[in-house]
Amino acid sequence: MTTALVPRIPAPGSAPGPGAVGRPARRRRAARPGALGAASGLGLGVALLWFSLLVLVPLAMVVATAGSEGWSGFAGTLTSSQTLSAVELTVAQAVMVTLLNVVVGTAIAWVLVRDRFWGRRVLDVVIDIPFALPTIVAGLVLLALYGPDGPLGVDVANTRAAVFLALAFVTLPFVVRTVQPVLEELDADVEEAAASLGAGRLTVFRRIVLPALVPAITAGAALSFARGISEYGSLVLLSGNLPNRTEVASVRVLTFIENGDTTSAAAVATLLLLVALAVIVLLDVLQRRVARRG
Amino acid sequence: MASTASAGRLREPTAVRWLLRLVAVGYVVLLVVWPVSLVVRYTFADGLTALHSAFTDPLVTHALQLTAMVSLLAVAVNLVFGVGISLLLVRTQFPGKRVLSALVDLPMSVSPVVVGLALLLVYNPRTGLFGRGLDAHGIQVVFATPGMVMATAFVALPLVVREVVPVLEEIGDDQEQAARSLGANAVQTFRRITLPGIKWAVVYGVVLSLARSLGEFGAVKVVSGNVMGQTQTATLVVEQKYQNFDQSTAYAAAFLLALASVVCIVVVSVLRPSESRES
Repeated sequence: MTTALVPRIPAPGSAPGPGAVGRPARRRRAARPGALGAASGLGLGVALLWFSLLVLVPLAMVVATAGSEGWSGFAGTLTSSQTLSAVELTVAQAVMVTLLNVVVGTAIAWVLVRDRFWGRRVLDVVIDIPFALPTIVAGLVLLALYGPDGPLGVDVANTRAAVFLALAFVTLPFVVRTVQPVLEELDADVEEAAASLGAGRLTVFRRIVLPALVPAITAGAALSFARGISEYGSLVLLSGNLPNRTEVASVRVLTFIENGDTTSAAAVATLLLLVALAVIVLLDVLQRRVARRG
Repeated sequence: MASTASAGRLREPTAVRWLLRLVAVGYVVLLVVWPVSLVVRYTFADGLTALHSAFTDPLVTHALQLTAMVSLLAVAVNLVFGVGISLLLVRTQFPGKRVLSALVDLPMSVSPVVVGLALLLVYNPRTGLFGRGLDAHGIQVVFATPGMVMATAFVALPLVVREVVPVLEEIGDDQEQAARSLGANAVQTFRRITLPGIKWAVVYGVVLSLARSLGEFGAVKVVSGNVMGQTQTATLVVEQKYQNFDQSTAYAAAFLLALASVVCIVVVSVLRPSESRES
């Protein structure tokens, strides 16, 4: 299982068994991180310099460029009809795909943890394929089944359904991979106690399991939304990038770049960046809150 | 594990279990398994002809070589940076640590096109913030290999960190301190104590970074200028070949990329459980 894919949200109140790594152990053993020595200080300096040159300065430049024509220029770009419709389409499809992932992703995680059947291990590996597959290949792959010559006779190419399909493909692993470890660490005692007191399976799920999964589902949904709204590669071949119909925000940014209009490109990019930042902050808050409660 | 025991006693009704199983498997088959298997079938529709013609196309071979070079460089950069920043985040205390640890995750959620734009704004030889200065000294970043390596390193940045940080937290620093107190210097402690502890996490991080780097498309497309036979990577060749109706070559190149990345994922998921059983 690929934990690097998603930040780890621990199960609330779970006993730190052999499967539970990270937070509880850290609090006990490494409670006193050392102060910076000369060598670590130098290392930190070099790391920060590289991080700034690669990530911080370029991203700050995007925001600065977006603001170079003032608020009215920024707002003007975003509210022009073609850009607005691209942003609306992106947000709407990302929201729908995220809702689908919340339901199906949780179901898949449940099946992977609580069910035993032939092929379960394979299913577990297949979940990571959308993460590993190059996005352009993802588009090509979906086109093979859902394109004009697909064996199903369904042709979604160049429609809004294609955008939905591509986003569903690339965001598949997120909810599964955030919920799965939490479900594994969940204590069965509480569920058994509830069952012995006469609660049905549905009541146990709704009152005991679901509340414990909520932070993980939220984290997975946030990641899935962030990925959905920033998607580009898988849409290139699939959605046709028709202005006002199937053009998403990232494609809009690229069109602006190709036309040499970097200010407008930066305006749309800033909007995408703000969403990404909001997701990072939400995840950080979630991780800390759950770690504290557990 | 507790959940395995509970699965016996706290079972869903058979109908519910089968329904969930059907939804999970059906969804994954329709979305991932069937489409991917179709591309494999199309690639081998005429035996090995498509792969052979792809390998004899100088555009494709050049692109594959370029992708391999750029990915390896980006992975090397991320390996050094990732292990270094993980050690700093877990083992030392400095102001702004929490912000930095959250920011390291940022590249995963940023749109690849935005990554490309960001690098373009700073390193463009004519208009960029640093690009003009670098250009004056004859260093070209954007539209050349350094820019492509940076774009690739950017998008794969958090992968090594996310693997190494939890392991560093878990193993604690007792052994490191013991080694120090016995007179080992920092390099010896790292090489003899820390590195063996995080070895597998580093391997996973590197393999996942490699998979991510081989497949990078959007950021590289913006930064490379996409010049055929020069700065065109494998993913860009797939796009171009498909759009020029050279579908068999597109499928062949896509198959090679997909094969490489799927092998990476399978290697990690096969290695991981056996290693956790050992420890």
